[in-house]
Amino acid sequence: MSTAGALSADQVKGGRRHLVTPEGIDLQIELADVGSRIGAFAIDLIVMILILLMIIFGAGSISAYDGEVAVTILVLVAFLLRNFYFTLFEMGRRAATPGKMLMKIRVAARGKARLSATSVFARNALREIGFFLPIGFMFGIGQGGVDGWMSLLTSIWAGIFLMFPLFNRDRLRVGDLVAGTWVVKSPRPILAADLITNDTPEVEAAFAKFVFTPAQIDMYGIKELHVLEDVLRARDREVMSDVATRIRTKIGWVWEEGESNATFLRAYYTALRGRLESKMLMGVRRKDKFDRR
Amino acid sequence: MSPTRHKTLTLKSKRFREERQDVWKEMEALLQRIEARSVRGLSDEELIKLPRLYRSTLSSLSVARSTSLDQSVVTYLESLSTRAYYVIYGSQQRLRDRVYSFFTRDWPLAVQSAWKDLAASSFIFALGMLIGFVLVTNNPDWFYSFMSADMASGRTPAASEDYLRSTIYGYDSDDGGLGLFAASLFSNNSGVAIFAFALGFAFALPTVVLLLYNGLSIGAFIAVFVSKGLGFEIGGWLSIHGTTELFAIALAGAGGCLIGRAVAFPGEMTRMESLRSKADQAAIILGGVVVMMLVAGLLEGFGRQLIDTDWVRYTVGGVMLTFWMLYFFLPRKAIEGKPS
Repeated sequence: MSTAGALSADQVKGGRRHLVTPEGIDLQIELADVGSRIGAFAIDLIVMILILLMIIFGAGSISAYDGEVAVTILVLVAFLLRNFYFTLFEMGRRAATPGKMLMKIRVAARGKARLSATSVFARNALREIGFFLPIGFMFGIGQGGVDGWMSLLTSIWAGIFLMFPLFNRDRLRVGDLVAGTWVVKSPRPILAADLITNDTPEVEAAFAKFVFTPAQIDMYGIKELHVLEDVLRARDREVMSDVATRIRTKIGWVWEEGESNATFLRAYYTALRGRLESKMLMGVRRKDKFDRR
Repeated sequence: MSPTRHKTLTLKSKRFREERQDVWKEMEALLQRIEARSVRGLSDEELIKLPRLYRSTLSSLSVARSTSLDQSVVTYLESLSTRAYYVIYGSQQRLRDRVYSFFTRDWPLAVQSAWKDLAASSFIFALGMLIGFVLVTNNPDWFYSFMSADMASGRTPAASEDYLRSTIYGYDSDDGGLGLFAASLFSNNSGVAIFAFALGFAFALPTVVLLLYNGLSIGAFIAVFVSKGLGFEIGGWLSIHGTTELFAIALAGAGGCLIGRAVAFPGEMTRMESLRSKADQAAIILGGVVVMMLVAGLLEGFGRQLIDTDWVRYTVGGVMLTFWMLYFFLPRKAIEGKPS
């Protein structure tokens, strides 16, 4: 949850970054975490391997007539995949390879510049140097095998490239660093229904019996409100009854026969949100229950 | 104060959401279509609507942030606005146009403005060849320090003239055009090109070493043939694809030098900024090198095997060289406001 304005140190550490649009709104993007990037890369590798396997099967049927053609097609496809798979997908409108799309992340330019085709090319050229070449070396492609020292050196070389994102604040790969890009989250949350409903008279009537005093409402702040929102959206019976009991104890609410936990929580949520939002209009953001404002 | 009544009707954030959410849904639907297909799939009406929806989504976000405590609305609006921002301020260039402008403008201009680096790397490369040639001519034993037995595959100073001649002429059906083309794509030379570029970061020193070393082995190779009186013939054999392939290696080296210089002599900028400022140009050059390697592979696989006559080989090589030189260095107009 964010507010407009400066990011706290914790938020920055958690990967939030400012992105101020030309209209002057700070969008506050979030950097992709390293795990999802590794996942995305793994998916992409699998996709590439699957394509190659399909070609091998296809080429297998050709090779009955002409083995040379089959091999050439295979090598050509491998060459094209290796050089253009990442680049072409990241130049696309979603700036993401299939793996990245699945992990809901995308490439973006650092700062306000557009993501240019050359940046995409540069960041992937370094993937070639940091990943494909060392792998090729280790398996001795075109080299007729390599000795132990050489493979040790290559492993160290590849290791530096692989570990790089773990050792800088913006989780940049060497390619990102050079190309001026970074990888950010691009989630697509759906707009969940508002928890405050008053569509039917019955609902209205059910809520009407909950009347809280200002003192009872003022027990909590924004942080607790959001926890309550999560609880209400998750709809776990046990958690709801637990939370409801706690709130009742804290605000001194007497449970009556037939009062459901869910209705109580919703009613309290509505009252609390109303209270905190009207305070916000007066310029007071009550952070949490310890914030006495 | 009297006890607060249940206030759903007066909750401003709820009313705000009810009034605005149609706009958000519309924006979302439009974004979905743009991301799935393209901006060109939109009607004129929708195109006019797009920026308006974008601005109103942004304004919703800032209103929501300061008045609503409904988490789901704020997160939704944040992601919606970010998606819209990337669409509106992202590049609208089609892939086809990008490829077109790469070949007509970006690539030749990038090479043109790196002409000093290209001259330097070609010089180093040629110097390597010269040294290799002179050393092996004077003492054939040097050959074995520049070339592994694997790479030479029998074409050593000890080989007979007839054998050497047989390696550069004739279409060998076992190892024909396609196979050679395939092999060359993964050959040593594409690796050399990429390394020459990549190692530029270390102040271009490894690039220089790599170019020199690669030059040495080519020079040594030529010297073996010259010593058997096959100088003219090996020239043809090499030049048919070599003008393209060696040019590509020199270009990759130029990219490496460009980056190396930027890191070594950043001037007013920090080293990182300086590197950034040259990285795009170097990347374009390297992209071109990949294309040239493909062309060289085709020439090596087909041209060299099918064409057995020396002067035709020289002609093809010469034409390719002229073509590349003209392509890169004919004056071109840079598009205004877009420095290469």
